[in-house]
Order: sequence, then C-alpha cells, then structure tokens
Amino acid sequence: MDIRAFTALETGKLIKEKKISSPEATRAYLDAAKADQAKAIGDGAKINAYTEILEEEAMARAQAVQRRIDAGEALSPIAGVPMAMKDNICTTEGHTTAASKILGGFRAPYDAGVTERLKDAGAVILGKANMDEFAMGGSTETSYLGITRNPWGLSCVPGGSSGGSAAAVAAGLAPYALGSDTGGSIRQPASFCGLTGLKPTYGSVSRYGLLAFGSSLDQIGPLARDARDCAAILSVISGRDERDSTSVSEKPFRLDEPLFGDGSGSGDGAGAGLRGRRIGIPANYFSMPGMSGDVRGRVLAAAEVLRGLGAETEEFELPMIDAAVPTYLIIACAEASSNLSRYDGVKYGYRAPAAADIHDVYYRTRSEGFGTEVKRRIILGSFVLSSGYFDAYYKKALQVRGLIKDTFDKALAKYDIILTPTCPTAAYPIGGRIDDPLAMYLGDIFTTSANLTGQPALSAPCGFGGGGMPVGMQLIGGAYSEALLLGTAAAYQTVTDHHKQRPSLGAGLGAGADGANNGAGDGADGGAGLGAGGAEKGGAN
Amino acid sequence: MKIDDKLIEYLAELSRLELAPEEKEARKKDLADILDYMERLNGIDTAGLPEMTHPFESGNRLREDRITNGDRRESLLENAPDRKGAYFRVPRTIEE
Repeated sequence: MDIRAFTALETGKLIKEKKISSPEATRAYLDAAKADQAKAIGDGAKINAYTEILEEEAMARAQAVQRRIDAGEALSPIAGVPMAMKDNICTTEGHTTAASKILGGFRAPYDAGVTERLKDAGAVILGKANMDEFAMGGSTETSYLGITRNPWGLSCVPGGSSGGSAAAVAAGLAPYALGSDTGGSIRQPASFCGLTGLKPTYGSVSRYGLLAFGSSLDQIGPLARDARDCAAILSVISGRDERDSTSVSEKPFRLDEPLFGDGSGSGDGAGAGLRGRRIGIPANYFSMPGMSGDVRGRVLAAAEVLRGLGAETEEFELPMIDAAVPTYLIIACAEASSNLSRYDGVKYGYRAPAAADIHDVYYRTRSEGFGTEVKRRIILGSFVLSSGYFDAYYKKALQVRGLIKDTFDKALAKYDIILTPTCPTAAYPIGGRIDDPLAMYLGDIFTTSANLTGQPALSAPCGFGGGGMPVGMQLIGGAYSEALLLGTAAAYQTVTDHHKQRPSLGAGLGAGADGANNGAGDGADGGAGLGAGGAEKGGAN
Repeated sequence: MKIDDKLIEYLAELSRLELAPEEKEARKKDLADILDYMERLNGIDTAGLPEMTHPFESGNRLREDRITNGDRRESLLENAPDRKGAYFRVPRTIEE
C-alpha cells in the first residue's frame, strides 16, 4: 500500500480502522520529505518544500496520538494524519521564521491558535513549509531559505506565498498543509500545483500566532488534495478564539453540516447537489490583457460541468477589476510597514553585529535582515501613510475598497457563487517575474478582491494547460458561505478527476527514483521556458 | 510620479532602513513605477465616501481583564540576541 497516495480523510479513516498506524503514515511522509531535503541546493530536482523537518517531534506526537486512538478516544476525522505548517504560523516545535533572515533562530514560545486546535484534533506536524519572505511574493522566490520548485514542472515556480505548503502536498511530502492568504497566497499556489485551497471568511479562523502581514486581509486556511479534505481541516481550525479579537463565532464551520449533499442533509449525493444554484461568470475577467487562452478554456469548460450538475450559470460584468490590485497594494503595504516595525533586533531573531548605538541596531538589523521585496513593500507602505500622501493614496484606497465590496455584495445578491479563473496564467518559469514587481503583483488580479471584501474564496483544479501545468478555477461566495463553496467544489470533483492527477515526480520521491518530468513546464503559459536547473536566480535575495 | 533623493531618503528613515546607493536607485525606480500604476485609482470618484478599514464592522469586543497566560519569561528571553539576566541588553541608548 502506498500510504502517500491517500487524501487526508482517507488516511484518517485507515488509521481509525487500524489498517495503518499514525507512526507508519508519519514515517512514510518523513522519509519522502527527508529524501528531497537531502538533495543539494543546486539540484534542479530538489522541491525544497520545507524550511525545517521536525522528525523526532513528529514521530513522538504520532506515537502519542496513536495511544489515544488505541484507547478509543474520538479526536477528529484527521486524527493521526500528518501535515505541513507554513513557516509564518507559530509552533513550539522547531523554528518559526517566515522564511526571513531577520527571524533566524526564532523559537515560538507558544503555539498559534490553529496549531493548538490541530494538535487537539490529533494532527502531526511534519515540518515547516517554505514561503515567500513574510508572505510577500507570488512565487516563493523571495524566501531567504532558497526557492521551492513546482512538482508538476521543476523549472516552474510553485506559486506563493504558500508555495512550500502547496509543493509539499502536490509532491506527496504531506497529505495536507496550512497556508495563509493576504492577497491570494493560498489560492494561487493551490492553482499552480493542482490542489484545492480555501481562504475562509475574514475572522472565521483565529490569527493568534500568525506572523502579521496585512491585518485587515490575512486569513489562515487549508491546502489539500480535494474539497472534502479542506472541509475536514476547516472544521478543526475555525471558530472563535478570545486571543484574536477579529475572530468570530457567528457561524463556526462544522463538518456535520450537509456539505456534500443536495441540501437536504441526506449526505453523499453530491452529484445532484447543484440544482438551482446560481453561478455568475464575470465575462470581463476572461478578456483581461495577459489572460491565457488555456486558462480561459479550462475554466469555461468547468462552468459547463457545473451546468451539467444542475447549476444555472450566467455571464455578467463585474466592475472595479482594474482597481483591485492597486487598492490591495496600498492597504497591504501600509499595514505591513506598521506590522513589520516590530522587527528591530532587540527581543528576538537577528541582530546586526557591531552596531554602535540603539539606532544603529534598528537600521542595520532591518537593512541586513529583510530581503528586497520586503523592503520594497515597507517603503511603499511608509510612502502611502506619510503626511502629504496619506489622503491621495491610503484614504483613497480605503474608499475604493468600500466600492469594491459594494460590487461584490451586489453580484452575490444575484448569484450564490461567482466563478473566475484563480490566476490569469498557469505556473511560469522560475526567474520569470522576480525582477518585475508589477508583473508579479498582477498575478494576483483575480484573488485580491476576496481579501479586500473579507469574503471566502476557493481554488480547485479544473484541468491542465498546454504545457502540462495545472489550471485552477476560483469560487467566491458571500460571508460564511464556506459550506456552499466546498460543497460545489466537491460536487465538481465527483464527476471530474483533475484533482486526482499526480505529477510523475511525486511517486518517485522517497522511492529512490529521480524526477522524470524535468522541463514539463517549458510550454506553460506566461513566458519563455527556462531549462530545468538553469534558473537559480532570485533564490535568496 | 518622480521620486527624488530627498523623498527616498525620508521614506528610508521612516522605515528605519539604510539603502546602499544602488539599492536607493532601484527603490526609486520601482516605487515610481508602482505609483504610476496606482494612478488609475484617481479616475474613480470617491468624494464623500466612507473609508473601509475592516471587512466587517462588528464593533469592539470587550472581555474581562484577567491574566490568562502563564509565566513565559524564560522562553521569551531565550530568543533575545543579547541578554543580561532577566533583561534584554542593547547598546547604549543615552549619551554620556
């Protein structure tokens, strides 16, 4: 039995039925992750999904969880199942660095709210997943700890900022992962790596212990192989936490809601579940400049499948799309410049050596400790908040944010769900955008709106582009409509098998075989193909 | 928008960052490019509109003021780049 072939829920079921044990499952993933980690940094076949593998801690926890399961405790449907945690989420095990030099060596004194909930549910943390530094980036190329490669095409980026989380799951180095999403950082890598990823409604998952980036935008959510896994994970991590004053208890998500049925609560008839569901398709999104024909084709084909399942679809115009990225950038950078002022070299992490006085400690620590993209955004944030420019930029963006919210509220009064591409293109070659910040930011054009409005949004695989790279569709719903989004994606996944495809590489990891599909991304959308292994640029800036 | 030396130096100071000469030029250029791109917001009429600072206005949530966390002094201090006993140590902050 190939333990790594199963979804998180399937793995949990096998453990519950005593067909495998939690230590066996944990060992299988640890061995695969270690085999990848053992490869040299310059090795074009190294996925590099993890910043740190927590072997001893994971095995000890797996054994402890197994004892509780053996004693008959009912923990959760994912009890004993291992997972990967994004490196900006605090764990008392190992380090929490947000893939930044400035947090080198930092050990969190406490667990994040989601870490606590997962541990209570019997989860086993395999390690910390690589990411763009402080979650700033869309390709995982801004990590101080080296780039992560896309398991579907090793010369391509895995997306970002939760690129390590996505690559780990896609390569079979973890059955599921947590990520964080400030402007698309769960959905975009899920799309690039052929996974299902969910940004929950703002406030539905506690951010206590998440290293803050944009506080009015950040949410934690799952990346997994299908919608059912995402639902199981969300049911564990969502709910009110006193320690995050923005977390809500109004509608805590529960797995026992009639998620995958026809709404009558009868359970498994997902195929019949979409009758009467109204899905709006913003036609103007599909004709944006830079929009890949492959992506357009796959997402529109997915709409056809949803229609076949009984949904009513309709094309409409969703205005304000041109305003989404500039509004997002102004607000995210303003909040980041404030949030990141805490990194000053005094209480934790890196401190520049040989600083003469306390001001020198601040300046040198920050100048040496932050990478280029983080500095770029702090400076932009300082600009939009500075007197003289505040009204023209920051205040303006907050007003436009309200207008964007109005357009989505209006559309979601008419439709239950808005269907869009997750990204304008499939994964692009490593090095393709890292020196062009605007091109990088525009990759988030379809995802940032849901962060600005606070609404939940999900990305699910809907096929492959010409170069063999995965394509994702995005479902956006009204506040607290996670059950609707997950149920719709689950219905789609009962009649399609895009989410069941695996990169040829994934099966080889840990079994001693080399990745066989180097260069599979060469024909992907989004730019000229770079040869596999010939693109180390941008690894540690 | 043109970013001159004076402005980038002011922003670096606000950000507590030292920019090397080539870094300064690079940040001037990409800040200018990004601000040009943001110009498109100027075409949207927002006169008199409220500022949306938060996705959902739920009001303040008050809770009883009581101690809930344990004593974490040692685990917090263990992360200090430099310490002396129970204190964080930094270079001199007051001139002699």
